[in-house]
Amino acid sequence: MSKKAIQIDAKDNVATATSIVETGEEVEVLSPDGDIVLTTKPVERIIFGHKIALIDLKAGDRIVKYGQVIGVASKEVRVGEWIHTHNANSANMHTDGPEIRGVT
Amino acid sequence: MAQFYGYERPDGTVGIRNHLLVLSTMDCSYEPAKKIAEQVEGSVAITQTYGCRDDAMLIHNLAGSALNPNVAGVLILGLGCETLTGDILLEKIEPSGKPVFNLTIQEEGGTIKTHAKGVRILQKMKQDIAEQKREAFPLSKLTLAEECGGSDATSGLAANPSVGAAADRLIEEGGTVMFGETQEMTGTQHILAKRAVNKETSDAIYDIIETQMARQKAMGISSRWMSKGNIDGGLTTIEEKSLGAVVKGGTKPIQGVLYNNWDRFDTPDKPGLYLMDGPGWDVPSVTHMVAAGAQVVCFTSGRGSTTGHAIAPVIKITGNPTTFANMEDNIDINAGTILDGSESLSSVGGRIYDMIVQTANGRQTKAEALGYQDYIVFRRSREAEHLLGHC
Repeated sequence: MSKKAIQIDAKDNVATATSIVETGEEVEVLSPDGDIVLTTKPVERIIFGHKIALIDLKAGDRIVKYGQVIGVASKEVRVGEWIHTHNANSANMHTDGPEIRGVT
Repeated sequence: MAQFYGYERPDGTVGIRNHLLVLSTMDCSYEPAKKIAEQVEGSVAITQTYGCRDDAMLIHNLAGSALNPNVAGVLILGLGCETLTGDILLEKIEPSGKPVFNLTIQEEGGTIKTHAKGVRILQKMKQDIAEQKREAFPLSKLTLAEECGGSDATSGLAANPSVGAAADRLIEEGGTVMFGETQEMTGTQHILAKRAVNKETSDAIYDIIETQMARQKAMGISSRWMSKGNIDGGLTTIEEKSLGAVVKGGTKPIQGVLYNNWDRFDTPDKPGLYLMDGPGWDVPSVTHMVAAGAQVVCFTSGRGSTTGHAIAPVIKITGNPTTFANMEDNIDINAGTILDGSESLSSVGGRIYDMIVQTANGRQTKAEALGYQDYIVFRRSREAEHLLGHC
């Protein structure tokens, strides 16, 4: 069975590996309903529970999971790379910025 | 219409268990309280460990625990010279109409005499409640508390979204859902606030989360703090961790924020989804939600947690198939089937919903069957809050 990763929301630019994926191994990226959204090949080893980039990112680009910004890239990230604390930071988006203080 | 079978209380609330509570006002009456509870099956002793003070947070949580509909009768046990007296609790519990007695060890003449009297009181309550039959009630009488502990990347990927799907369904059927751990909402306030039913609730969401962040900052703790286990498990930022936690609340509008401090101890006033302003520590968080009326708990854990609760049955759910295989004795539901695409999120959510109703009807959770009766009251440091300007 091929390896899987889950893209929780269609807007997400990362997927989470559901088992250890070795470099170059094909990964099926699934929606929460189990549909195959796309297939990709990581350029490095991604361990269970960790994230794989689905697009190229520049430093400062937003990382999206759950359809929401979970952080920003701290350096350039290529498709298929592992995204974690070595190349991503908290966006610190919770402390200021009028766009996040809008209320219904 | 969806319904469950429970025990009606004199105040109109509905219990899903018939616990007898031995309510020790503080640690100096707790050992005798435990001995009394041991003598009568179905009894459980609880206390708080913040010392001899009539602190409103402690009173709210102890009295709230006694008022939880899963409690059929209460025996308050004090030493006799404490500041938080049994009378203070008695006054809050009596209006519910459930049987409640108040004993103090110094007045009764020592623990052996108190034990005999206490056991006779509980014995009579036990005989009386044994006659009560479960009856059908609508799900509008059921409140679910949601908790997570020992999170890993599967928590936010499988277990919490599945619980969120179950929460959505429970609310659609007329039920009430609450979740807490304010510090684990950090970075999600703008997302949660958009789901508030009104500006008051939206403002309250910002208030509790930003107050918690300021509290942590003043204490020298980064509000982005995550455990090594979280990071090793693949969680990169606090926003990611928080989003993975709040997804267990599902997608319904947020009816209100339940404050839990010295001035206010809120309980839901109508069905729907609520946020509890509470500690990021699992057992006390559950205790606060139980004290606010939750009869049943869904507890997700990626790494595997074993805790139950003294008053409410705790359904354990993991999104990690390895954890489920390792700890099947402790975990009720494996949501990890989502990870390999073998089961959809909505299907797992349906299994969780079914187990919530079965548990309400009387089926024991694994933690219950193992006899786990965790109970911890959390009290914020009033001194620290004062220094931080929060009270």
